[in-house]
Amino acid sequence: MTTLGDYLFVSGTLFAIGFAGVLLRRNVIIIFMALELMLNAANLSLVAFSRFRVSASGLPNYHAQVLVFFIITVAAAEVAVGLAIIVAVYRARRTTHVEDLNALKF
Amino acid sequence: MPAPLFWFFAIVMLVFGALVIINRNPVASALSLVVCFLGLSALFLSLDAFFIGIIQVLVYAGAVMVLFLFIIMLLDLRAEERRKLNWVALIGGALVALALLAEIWSVIGRTKIAHQVLPALSSPRIDDVRNVGLLLFDQYNLPFQVIAVLVVVATIGVIVLSKRELR
Repeated sequence: MTTLGDYLFVSGTLFAIGFAGVLLRRNVIIIFMALELMLNAANLSLVAFSRFRVSASGLPNYHAQVLVFFIITVAAAEVAVGLAIIVAVYRARRTTHVEDLNALKF
Repeated sequence: MPAPLFWFFAIVMLVFGALVIINRNPVASALSLVVCFLGLSALFLSLDAFFIGIIQVLVYAGAVMVLFLFIIMLLDLRAEERRKLNWVALIGGALVALALLAEIWSVIGRTKIAHQVLPALSSPRIDDVRNVGLLLFDQYNLPFQVIAVLVVVATIGVIVLSKRELR
């Protein structure tokens, strides 16, 4: 049988992969995809907690699933706005490489 | 879901998640992300969260990834040319990520509830969508409407951002 720890282990590993992507990659779009990985890792642990915390009536705890629904909605809106910003930056600077976008660097 | 199936989908998800950040070609990264999300949705189904699993496929593997591929095509990004790698930053970043991974693993290993096995539900067939919908429109009605406002604001914001010049 799979335990709660297995799901948390997979979710934590996925989060660490996304975190490594944000730190290591230099392309804005890849960084954005790594952010999505981290969001989905959080969703996985929320759903796992929801399923392993069965209420007295024998149903999963649906509050966590409603929260996941909200997270997915916000993430979709975030992707739309973020990609529009990336397109605007690309129009102005002709690059998606974070090391070329250093106008704010001290 | 039997344990071998769980580990199969978990490993598929993690391998393709790693490929997202390993691939140099953005299109290959985006397609790996689609497979990663399909694996994740299988894990949601294994947790009896059918609604979330379907939403995951529709919203992420469908809409969001089409948006990503569309932007990659619009910007005409090719495999990035080999730049001089900054080894200090690369090794430092990898060390920080590995430290986070080790920390997460040790915390999960020491948590008592982590050994809990999957508890049985009242019936094998649960009205998943009905229960989520009741909670969403009853107890979480105000947050739901706030989310609607957020989506409208995001839509308007995207249109304003994509205009060529602002007047």
